[in-house]
Formats: sequence, C-alpha cells, structure tokens
Amino acid sequence: MGSRPADLFFSWRDAGPLHALQTNSIVYMETFLGLDYNVWWFLVFGAVISGYAILDGFDLGAGALHLFLKKEQSRRIALNAIGPMFDGNEVWLVIGGGALFAGFPVAYAAIFSAFYIPFMVFLMGIIFRAISIEFRSKEPMQWWRTTWDVSYCVSSIVIALSLGLMLGNIALGMPLNEAHEFSGDWLSFFNPFAILIAITTLSLFMLHGAIYLGMKTESRLYTKLTILAKNFTIFFVISFALSTFYTLLYIPHLSDEIKGHPVLFILPLIMTLAIANIPRCLKKRNFRLAFVSSSVTIAALLVLVAVEVFPYLVYSPQFPANSITVENAAASYKTMGILLVIALIGTPLVLTYTIFVFWTFKGKVKLDEMSL
Amino acid sequence: MDVEILARIQFAFTIAFHYIYPPLSIGLGLLLVVMEGMYLKTRNKLYEQMTRFWIRIFALIFGIGVATGIIMEFEFGTNWATYSKYVGDIFGSALAAEGIFAFALESGFLGILLFGWNRVSSGVHFFSTIMVFLGSMFSAVWIVVANSWQQTPAGFHIVGAGMNARAEITDFWAMVYNPSSVDRMWHVWIGSFLAGAFLVLSINAWYIIKNKHLAIAKPAFKIALAVATFFSLAQLVVGSKSAEGVAKNQPAKLAAMEGHFDSSASAPMYLFGWVNKSKQETYGLKIPGGLSYLSHGDFNAPVRGLNSFKKDVQPPQVNAVFQFYHIMIAVGMLMIGATLLACWYWKKGSLFNKKWLMWFFVWSVLLPQVANECGWFTAEMGRQPWVVYGLLRTSDALSKTVTANQVLFSLILFFLVYSLLLVLFLYLLNRKIQHGPETEEDDDHDLEANTKRNNPMIGQPSS
Repeated sequence: MGSRPADLFFSWRDAGPLHALQTNSIVYMETFLGLDYNVWWFLVFGAVISGYAILDGFDLGAGALHLFLKKEQSRRIALNAIGPMFDGNEVWLVIGGGALFAGFPVAYAAIFSAFYIPFMVFLMGIIFRAISIEFRSKEPMQWWRTTWDVSYCVSSIVIALSLGLMLGNIALGMPLNEAHEFSGDWLSFFNPFAILIAITTLSLFMLHGAIYLGMKTESRLYTKLTILAKNFTIFFVISFALSTFYTLLYIPHLSDEIKGHPVLFILPLIMTLAIANIPRCLKKRNFRLAFVSSSVTIAALLVLVAVEVFPYLVYSPQFPANSITVENAAASYKTMGILLVIALIGTPLVLTYTIFVFWTFKGKVKLDEMSL
Repeated sequence: MDVEILARIQFAFTIAFHYIYPPLSIGLGLLLVVMEGMYLKTRNKLYEQMTRFWIRIFALIFGIGVATGIIMEFEFGTNWATYSKYVGDIFGSALAAEGIFAFALESGFLGILLFGWNRVSSGVHFFSTIMVFLGSMFSAVWIVVANSWQQTPAGFHIVGAGMNARAEITDFWAMVYNPSSVDRMWHVWIGSFLAGAFLVLSINAWYIIKNKHLAIAKPAFKIALAVATFFSLAQLVVGSKSAEGVAKNQPAKLAAMEGHFDSSASAPMYLFGWVNKSKQETYGLKIPGGLSYLSHGDFNAPVRGLNSFKKDVQPPQVNAVFQFYHIMIAVGMLMIGATLLACWYWKKGSLFNKKWLMWFFVWSVLLPQVANECGWFTAEMGRQPWVVYGLLRTSDALSKTVTANQVLFSLILFFLVYSLLLVLFLYLLNRKIQHGPETEEDDDHDLEANTKRNNPMIGQPSS
C-alpha cells in the first residue's frame, strides 16, 4: 500500500484519467520494492516480449533470408543452426500470451479480438514455420525440399510482418468502446505507420538472423552471411529512419513523451550506438558482439515503444477515457501477487534451461545423423 | 450461421485436432523414458535403436502438437473475449503457469532429446528425456486445472456486475484443487499413457506381421503391452471416480450422459442406447439401478433427472452427450479385453503367432484416440449451456467485435490447413514406419555410418 508509487517513478505522465477509470469498487495498492504490482507485471510482460523478440527474432530472420542461401548444404546448415532452439524460443511467445491473459485480461481480450484476421494469419505462419523446419528433411526429393524452403521463408516473413503490424497499431492506438473493445474497422490496421513498423521489424529480424547464422557457420557460407548482414543493416537503417521521420511528422502523441523528457533520449542513443557497432563488429568478424548489438537494438526498440505507450496498454485516440491502461486492465492484486511469485520461481528455471540448451549446441553447426 | 455456433465449431475443431497429439507425446514420453532407461541399464544396442527410432516419431508428433497448441492459447482472446475478461484472473493464471513451468521445461529439453544424442553424455540425454516427459505431464496438469475450474469453479468470488463482472481468485490452492481437478487429472494422464502405448503396440504389431525388425519389435511390443494393460485397468477405476464426481458436482451433465429425464426412485445405467429428446425417452440395454449405485452407492436411491432442471440450464444436446459418453466407455472396455487377452497369450507363449490379434493391434491405435476425444466431447457438451458451470453462459462469452464472416474465414482456413497437416502427418509417419529403426546391418551401408566414423564425437562410448 502506498501513495501511487507508479507515479513517483513515472511522474511525467498525468495519471488523472486513471482514477476515473478505476472499475473496482475498492481502490487499493499492493507494491513490491516501491512499485505497484501492475507496473511490475507490465515490466515482466515487456521483458518476456523482448525475450521473445530477441530469441525468436533470429529464427524468424534466418527464415526470412533462407532463400538467399542457394546451396542445399548451406540451407541444411542454416536450418540446423536454429533446429534445436526454435521450439524453446517459441515458448516465450506462449509465456507472453499467458502473462497478458492472466495479468491484463482486458487487454488480452481487446487486442486479440481486434487483430482477429492479422492474428489468424500470424498463427498460420507459426504453424507453417514449424512444420517446414520439421518436414523438409524428411524426404530427399528436390521439389519437396524447395517447397518447404519457400514455405519456411514465406511463413517467417509473414510472422515478422504481422508482429510488426500489430506492434505499430498498438503504438498508434485504436478506437475502443466503453467495454474496452475494439470498435473500428480492421482494414484500418493497414495504415502507413504500422506498415513502416512492420517493414522495420522484418529488416531488424533479418539483420539479427544473418548475424546469428554468421556465428554458427564457417568458410564460404560465413562470408556470404557477412555480406548479407551488411546489406540488412542498410535495409534496417533506412526503414527505421523512415519510420522515425513519419512518427515525428504525423504522430505527435508518440514523440511527445520523449520530447518532454530529455533523459529518455538515452534510448535512441543506445540504439544508434548499437546499430553503429554492428558494421564495425562485422568488419572485425566479431559476430558474438554483433549479436549482442542487434539484441540490444531489438530490446531498446521495444523499451522505446513501452515508454511511449505506458501507462496505456491500448490507447484510444478518439475516446481517451475508453483506453486500456495497466490499471483498468489488470487482474486483482491477489492474482498479481500469485503471478509475481510464479514469475520469480519460473524465470530462473527457464533461464537455466535456455542457457543449458544454448551451451550444449554452442559453436559452429556440425551436421550429423540426428540433424534435420 | 451466427457467430456463436461458428465460434463453437471452430473451437471444437481446433481443440479436437490438437488433442490428437499431446496425449501421444505424453504417452510416448513415458515409453521413451522406459526404453532409454532399459538401454542405460543393460547397454544393449537393441534398446538404443528402439529409443532412437521412437525419438524420431516423437519429434513428428511433438512438432504438430506445439504448432496446433499455440493456436489454442490465443483463441480465447480472439473468439471469446468476454470469457477472457471474465475468467482472466483464474484461467489466465493457470495458462501462465503452464507456459512457464511446463511448456518451457519440455520445449527447452526437447532440443537435446532430438538433436543431442551425440552431443551430451547418455546420462544427460536420459535426464533430458525425463524432463521432456515431466514437462508434458505438468502441461496436462495446468490445462486440466483450468478446464476443471470451468466445470467445478472454486476458490473465487465475483466482482462487479453486468459488463464488468468477473471472477477473481480468493484462494489459489482451492482454485487448483477444485472438486474435479484431481480425478480428471488422472483420467487425462492415463488416457495419454494409453494413447502412447497403443501407438507403440500398433507399429510393432505391424512389424511382427511383416516379419521385420523382429529383434526390436517384440521387446517393444511387450513393454507397451505391459503399460497398456496396467493403464487400461487403472482407467476403469479412475474413470468411474470421475463419473462419481460428475454425479456429485454436475448433476445435469450426469443426467444427460445417461439420458435420464425423470427423477426416479431407481435410475438405470445404459450399456448402449438412443435418446429421443422430444419424446423424453431413452431406449437401449440397461443395468437397472446402475446410475443410482454410481451416484449414491445404492441401487434404489433416486437420481435427479433432466426435467428437474430449468429448461435454460439443461444441456441441449442430450443424445450426443449420451453417445460420446457410451462410446468412450465401450472403447475403454474393448481396450481392457484386448490387452488382457494378449497378456494371456503372452503367458502361454503364443502371442506373436496370433496373426488376427496382431492385426487387431495394428488398428488399435485408434481406440484411445476415439476414447479421449469422446470423453472430452462428453465433458464439454455436457457442461453446456455454460462455459463456466453455473456462472457464465457460452452465448455470453463471445468476442463482441468479431463478425460471423471473420470466424467463417478463419474456420475455413483452419479446416484447410489442418487437413493438410493431417495428410502430411500420416504420410510422414507411414514413411518412418516403413523405414523402421536403424539396425546394425543398415548402418554399414549408410551414409550415417560414415559420419559416425569421421566424427570423433560420435560413436565413442559415453562417459
């Protein structure tokens, strides 16, 4: 219990409307280390989504650039570089979905019913990506393998684009009714801003994936990936610059947050440094540091969106009072407490398995009889 | 068609398809632990080949299970937004716990199970196999807890009213150990063990008929037969406990399961039959007083019939619930009969000479699948018209912003994609079965043997 500790930390945000939106009859606060449970869960959710974007991001990027690799041997190596990891990486999506459902059920309900069609397409991408990796190696015929290569590449691109499209629209906000449900037309999701964010996401994942594969390969394939990574860096910088200009020009409510609080300029600064570091690392053939840099870029981009959005989960520009916030979307404090305990026990366990699996498959890919 | 019926068809279709795979993963997981354990104990190459063959099949099943399972987690939000808001506190917590405690465990170690045979010591590999198996068991725990809470809600209170009403946890452990979760947990686990065991029985029976891979097929058949016999019998005990729970906690569902309309002094139990809902009659072969005995341990005790419930809380599809329930039981009995008979021939030493019995087992893989699906259809259709028993109606649980056309679009998409998945799954499963386990003789001619020789990491005795 305390005096709105969330606002002490995020004092620049006028939290006035939040009181009006409080639907629970009893308003009280539970805090942990000075932060409200709801804010903690927002941070947990953000961390899980960042973890997903970093981990599955390289799988998706590797998938999206798959057709740039021409030789059968190269494609097999690329697939085996992610084969043992991608199931574990996808877990972060499942945990993220569960975290949103449990912690912010109102947001879970609103977001997935609003994005009905894009999300169904995303889910089809998830199915096809998984079975392409799984089925490709099961038959030797050329047509079979090519079919799955194309399916793998297309589904990875579709997943990356739809994730970006949804992220863009979340950042932008969408019309909501008093029940906090989407009240617009889903075709409006295909707006220039969201499309730019979708392309930026794809380019960032492709860059990230190329660096990951570079870390896992040798000789000519490695050289090829170095060149690809350089090109994807350019692709990313261009699409990111376009999205940034577009935001500054047309979507003031997103950039206001940053402009109002110069200390937050550290985020774009970190991103710029991380991106600038990538070509330097590629030149020095230090793929591991390049991978860290692209991971930092992904995380910083998501933190930037989170800062711009908070304390809203889904902003409703037309009727701000209908917006979904970390407070009016939240589960009860009792549940939040249980969830935080679950997260405190679960996170170290998940990190342990993840590190163990990555350590087991560390180093360059070697094909053996268990390979795909 | 309206959104409600389309959304229900979509959910039923996607969950029924998904549910082909997780029970197989759980059941095969158990058998993999047994097989690999035997290998580590005896160091017999035979068990190694057996384990590695079944790991390949496991990979195929697990892959489709994960892909179709992710759909389920988000379908609550896409199609059942009101439901999601209403139960997010509780249902969401169980799903979050499933993700972090169970799914992460199984998917994390899956990489080592599938790809790590030559990378880690045999002990670490065995550990990974156990972790994948445990992960799949825990997964079932949380999913069954979430579903059981829908059947027999506990440990919660309702906050707010109308549009903002929702269930909040008051007692986490009361929610987890709600009146039906433990019985249903065992019921689901055992159904899964049976699914895995009968798959192993089926494929090995086929090898035995075709006189292929006998050195591996016969011991694998025996392992699976032992597992199948034990759990077929155990399911009888656990299943009847589960039915007693329904009698106690969901009397309207029980009445629908037995087509019992009038609260009578002595209620019969049907072996099979047909329900005519408009005439309010049930025809068939019955045990007089059987339902009374199940509900109250007394053949003459009265049991509430459907008519004692208001029209708007009666399950609408009585005959369907009746049939699904009775098919499940009939199939369960068939599994008990078949496994006991096989054990008897095993004892007499003539098991593998009985061609007809082997052919029976080739097709027996469908039995636990049919029973599992029918059991779930009984549970879910018998709960109607409620999505959360006594609290929230299915018709009130929908996403209000999603239109019928959108659901129809996704339903067609799922139908096409899942049909393709099923065809591919069966095709590839068949290929793997035709190919069979890698045996010593094949190895010499195989490219894989070269890899083994050229790679110092492979083929060394594990430390």
